[in-house]
Amino acid sequence: MSLLFDILSSVGMWEAVLRIATPLIFGTLGVLLCERVGVLNLGIEGIMTFGAMVGWLTVYSGGNLWLGLLAAAAGGALFGLLHGVLTALLGLSQHVTGLGITLFASSFSYFVFRLAVPTASSPPTVEPFRAYPVPVLSEIPFLGPVLFNQTAPTYLALGLVAVLAYVLYRTPLGLAIRMTGENPHAVDAQGIDPIRLRIGTIMAGSALMGVGGAFLTLAAFNSFFPTMVQGRGWICVALVVFALWQPGRALLGALLFAFFDAFQLRLQTVVDGVPYQLFLMLPYVLSIVALIVMARRARVPQALMQPYRRGER
Amino acid sequence: MTRVLELEHITKRFGTVTANEDVSLHLEQGEIVALLGENGAGKTTLMSILFGHYTADVGTVRVNGAELPPGKSRAAIRAGVGMVHQHFALAPNLSVLENVMTGTEPLWKLRSDRAAGRAKLLELSQRFGLAVDPEARIADLSVGECQRVEILKALYNDAEVLILDEPTAVLTAQEAESLFATLREMAAKGLSLIFISHKLHEVMSASDRVVVLRAGKVVAERATKATSKEELAELMVGRAVKRPERPPARPGAVLLEAVDVTLGGKGGASLLGISFKLHAGETLGIIGVSGNGQTTLAGLVSGLYPPDGGALLVKGQTPARHDVPHAIAAGIGRIPEDRNVEGTIGDMSTWENAVLERIWSPEFSSRGVVKRAASKAATEAILRDYDVRGATVDGRIRLLSGGNMQKLILGRVLTAGPDILVAAQPSRGLDEGAIAGVHERLLDARGRGAGVLLISEDLDEVIALSDRIRAIVGGRLSPAIPAERANAQLLGLMMAGDWSAAEQIEAEAPPHEI
Repeated sequence: MSLLFDILSSVGMWEAVLRIATPLIFGTLGVLLCERVGVLNLGIEGIMTFGAMVGWLTVYSGGNLWLGLLAAAAGGALFGLLHGVLTALLGLSQHVTGLGITLFASSFSYFVFRLAVPTASSPPTVEPFRAYPVPVLSEIPFLGPVLFNQTAPTYLALGLVAVLAYVLYRTPLGLAIRMTGENPHAVDAQGIDPIRLRIGTIMAGSALMGVGGAFLTLAAFNSFFPTMVQGRGWICVALVVFALWQPGRALLGALLFAFFDAFQLRLQTVVDGVPYQLFLMLPYVLSIVALIVMARRARVPQALMQPYRRGER
Repeated sequence: MTRVLELEHITKRFGTVTANEDVSLHLEQGEIVALLGENGAGKTTLMSILFGHYTADVGTVRVNGAELPPGKSRAAIRAGVGMVHQHFALAPNLSVLENVMTGTEPLWKLRSDRAAGRAKLLELSQRFGLAVDPEARIADLSVGECQRVEILKALYNDAEVLILDEPTAVLTAQEAESLFATLREMAAKGLSLIFISHKLHEVMSASDRVVVLRAGKVVAERATKATSKEELAELMVGRAVKRPERPPARPGAVLLEAVDVTLGGKGGASLLGISFKLHAGETLGIIGVSGNGQTTLAGLVSGLYPPDGGALLVKGQTPARHDVPHAIAAGIGRIPEDRNVEGTIGDMSTWENAVLERIWSPEFSSRGVVKRAASKAATEAILRDYDVRGATVDGRIRLLSGGNMQKLILGRVLTAGPDILVAAQPSRGLDEGAIAGVHERLLDARGRGAGVLLISEDLDEVIALSDRIRAIVGGRLSPAIPAERANAQLLGLMMAGDWSAAEQIEAEAPPHEI
């Protein structure tokens, strides 16, 4: 028991939770936006990989870190545009298109990476975001270092949760987005083009996914390797269901998953005689359990995965 | 009077099909015009042109004298034209206020002014007597309330001309009555309305003027006061329509008997101890306002749910199991209440829908393999014998109109030759010609010796088809009265739960008829 207490009371553990959660927050908000407008985006895994690569490459070729994030967002938006055109405009299957984009974007990222650094035997590194202690606030015992000694993108992610919640629930644009995910016919009848709205929203959501990927190369680590996203994208898709399509709950879900991940890492080091793979499984098993509990109350956007075609019901 | 709306010489073709030909129509301020026509007469196309969903090939639309640019629904909304769609354009997971406010503010405004929206909505709701709770979720509302929201949505956009596309298609009789009261109220306050309908009694009771559309053309225009149901029916169909006469019954043995059945509501009201007998060769009409247990009763007899208490005897015996396959095997045929939800599978083909119910019978499959040729031949025969128009054996069934879909369902049920037929709201949403057809088939089945359990909320239909009539009220059945003694007033009393007169009539009837 004292062992558990040691882990749970260490600043390092809780600091790691927020760090691990950051890419998940970006990704989950991205998926949430897409699904709120009625489009499933399984391209996330690939788009995150692409964002990770583009962000890293920008910094590696001399750009500054923020330019790297911006480039990752633009790269994500570009794949979002592709997904939007295929699913919202042409009405193709959202599953198949999304998986296709994941396969394509992942391979394409590696391809570009290899073009950029053809010979390196170990992945070249960049100088990543450093922790930025917020003046005064980071001095608070325990909470200070946990919450206010993070990298800038983590603060950005937390701020985005509030911004997105505000946009979705307090602005006419957010209402139109939610309405499109529920009933695009109604939106069209009010004189808003649901297809353009869908494409735009998917691009915005995909940009967030790109930034989530770039966090991995520009803050969590300092280099790119092709398998680094490691299923985080899929976790985001599940977290959106867990979050019941609400930004605040999405943050909660990301933190919960990150907590289990950070926790199992530390358990691995202190518990002997148990294969470490079992600990690796822990966050995934627990997210399935959480999903089962939460998803029963889910109010799925009613038009999710339904293509909209004018004049057809 | 000011002319608020004018459609001039509208022609619209889809390929080789002419939906509207040289249609002209006008609307004065404060007037209610009924656009009457059978399904497929081009009513909805005409209104879609007005509202900018379609572009007319020829012709113009003027609102308050100004011509509308074609094909822009935003322009119609701005000009003060609002449309209440037959299929509600609402988002079930959002609140009433959110549904109403969507698209009414500039998209890039930084903050949505919900307080102002709420105030405006409540003001409108009060002015026109359309009570709603702005914060209620659409999914929690009844169909009638959803329609109120649809109307409020149009009013919120400052509509002065309101177009309602078959507004009563999904409403219960009572909801329809209150809707028309609202419409008259709105007209009295200066709004102008067009409602599309194929129901004669609505048109007669709610409109000032009737425009009759047939095969895409305006065939007549009448002041409502100066016309009659009969004349309108003939104008609409193009020939005199007579609903079939009911020949005298020759009741036989008891086919179906319910003894004090109780059943907790399954998506409908509960049954609280009902008893009735259904004889061979007779029609027992169950009249009632929707939501009094009809759906549960139909489900009980169809085998969807076993009774919680009491007994349901089929041909004098308790069925081995109360489920659908046993019910079908026992000779119970079903015309479900909602043909789109329970009656058909929209995205499957006509032939699959036609045989699915009996797919395990040797006629349609052997050793687990479907006999496609036989199935398609049987479907072909139904399409021919039951005059199902616009259907192909391999086409998706959702493309059929309501009337033709109902004909297919009738054909599917009746070719199986059921001994007991449960017909739940069999003519809901159908036009005059199709209703006559359905009635004829139901009378045929009865003439053949089947017992027909007719569940309906249409007084005319129940009186015309039934030999005996019971009312269903709050999950209980009234005493049965013979159809000869039935009239609107007595049935109205029975539906309201006053059974004293019915008890007296039942007491006079010979015991074997109960």
